[in-house]
Amino acid sequence: MSNHLILFKNVFKEFDGVEVLTNINLYIRKNEFLTLLGPSGCGKTTMLRLLAGFEAPTSGDILFEGKSIVNTPPYKRKLNTVFQRYALFPHMDVFGNIAFGLKIQKKDKNTIQKKVKDMLKLVGLSGYENRSIDKLSGGQMQRVAIARALVNEPEVLLLDEPLGALDLKFRKDMQLELKRMQKQLGITFVYVTHDQEEALTMSDTIAVIDNGMIQQIGTPVDIYNEPINSFVADFIGESNIIYGTMKEDYLANFGGRDFPCVDRGFSPDEPVVVVVRPEDIDLVAEREETINGVVTSQIFMGVHYEIRLKDDNGFTWVIHSTDPAVIGSRAGLSIGPDDIHIMSRSQYDAADA
Amino acid sequence: MKKKFFALPYIVWMILFTVMPLILVLVYAFFNTTPSGDVIFTTEYLASAFSPESLSVLWRSLGYALITTVLCLLIAYPAALLLSRLKPRTASILSLLFILPMWMNFLLRTYAWRALLDLNGPINQLLGLLGIPAQQMLYTEGAVIFGLVYNFLPFMLLPIYSVFTKMNTSYIEAAEDLGANKRQVLFRVILPLTRPGIITGITMVFMPAVSTFIISRLLGGAHYMMFGDLLENQFMLLKDWNTGSALALIMMILLIISMALMRKYDKDSTEGGTRLW
Repeated sequence: MSNHLILFKNVFKEFDGVEVLTNINLYIRKNEFLTLLGPSGCGKTTMLRLLAGFEAPTSGDILFEGKSIVNTPPYKRKLNTVFQRYALFPHMDVFGNIAFGLKIQKKDKNTIQKKVKDMLKLVGLSGYENRSIDKLSGGQMQRVAIARALVNEPEVLLLDEPLGALDLKFRKDMQLELKRMQKQLGITFVYVTHDQEEALTMSDTIAVIDNGMIQQIGTPVDIYNEPINSFVADFIGESNIIYGTMKEDYLANFGGRDFPCVDRGFSPDEPVVVVVRPEDIDLVAEREETINGVVTSQIFMGVHYEIRLKDDNGFTWVIHSTDPAVIGSRAGLSIGPDDIHIMSRSQYDAADA
Repeated sequence: MKKKFFALPYIVWMILFTVMPLILVLVYAFFNTTPSGDVIFTTEYLASAFSPESLSVLWRSLGYALITTVLCLLIAYPAALLLSRLKPRTASILSLLFILPMWMNFLLRTYAWRALLDLNGPINQLLGLLGIPAQQMLYTEGAVIFGLVYNFLPFMLLPIYSVFTKMNTSYIEAAEDLGANKRQVLFRVILPLTRPGIITGITMVFMPAVSTFIISRLLGGAHYMMFGDLLENQFMLLKDWNTGSALALIMMILLIISMALMRKYDKDSTEGGTRLW
């Protein structure tokens, strides 16, 4: 309990009678990098706005260090936000923007000067004090927005898709840099994104949200390897999702073949759903015990090829391989026991209900 | 190149109705025809335009215009802020109520106020019912300023309201997020960001107010004459076009100065912001 910095307790939120958050229960630990991950319109930004204080929950409670903050106005909360479109004040220069919070706190001039300078150094914009906001590039605005929030030494930094407007190369750099800052400053980060790769790279914990509900909470590895339902499996990375049965412990049957696996605890011949990641499948020569079919397409993706194979039962598999295949040729699929993720049919279907 | 052709009507219009009259004003203000028919340069009209009497009217006009502008700003700014926070439907109905009187000629509206403010008018009758003796409201300084504020208020409200509706609310949220309370948000973020609207509003109220006529005569009588009335008298009553032109010149220079001042402030405020006009 003690390291639960923030706690969502049975939080519901409606806008004009439309429910956007349904029974949210979530704790955020101190110094954690937590990502709220979901498609647009899933309610993740609303959760962030509830935390910042721009919205109040329709029912339920939000605790900060054990005390309810539902009735605390935003300016009294010990957290700062990096807004989606930065919301930098256009009537101030870089210094004015970063110093805004410190001036409100009536810090003395020398302290402000020093802190702003240190902050600019941290975000790699030393010497930009007097630059006007409309003369900054997207990436620079991004850094100023982060500096403006961090200079107030918040307990928690809220980030609302802060990298969405940046190009791919720069986004990768910023991801690492944000992670570095978070480690260096020891601040709790709550990060909102729809980019699953970003979430997997940066987070300590990911909460996958869809339809205003938390679908799964876990470490990036957990979420990736053991998706709890069809939505998570589909949303996090690409997946081959196929119906099958669990013959006995450690033996699954799908695609007309038996596969040894690492799952157990199902009743004999229980219908299950099998999830196999495209990069976990190897293309091999056809054998008696492999699923076999015809390569129907191949796309070069940079690091790997995305290959589609239609098996003899008519199911199309997606395979990621660094070696090219020949379209129209026949091949078999090799899937190791560790690469097979089993979930019960009812659990799988829950997300569709 | 051919597109220049389309500007021709505008250029003709400008020459006929702006450039020519300006030249005429200059000619009337500085040149005199002697009985023998010679045209000579003179400053006597300018000197008589600077008579203590007309100067006192000038100061009064400036004073009234200033008070009107301040009052309009004090009323319009909070109103615009509230309007921008309302639901779009309610806001559009309310702003329509503000604009509605503008669709009627201002002379008619001013005549209506004459009747309303009359010693035997409906307002005094209402006061009588409450046991308050009839007040002399017409032909007072208050009536003139009231008339000015009433007529010019929409010109202050609309530009400020338009800036408010365009202002991104995330700036306000960002300020609150950084620890600013309501008052600090207003003075450090909302006011600076709406400055272009304020400047436009001030320009659109102050300039016409300083040169207005009729409103002061209808509601203030002969005692509270404004510069516009003085001008009108010179031309229409005394038929002294020369002194009238000299007065008009003073007025124009005054307006140009205030316009230049506004431009300067506007330029400062649009650094990084949006220009309204």
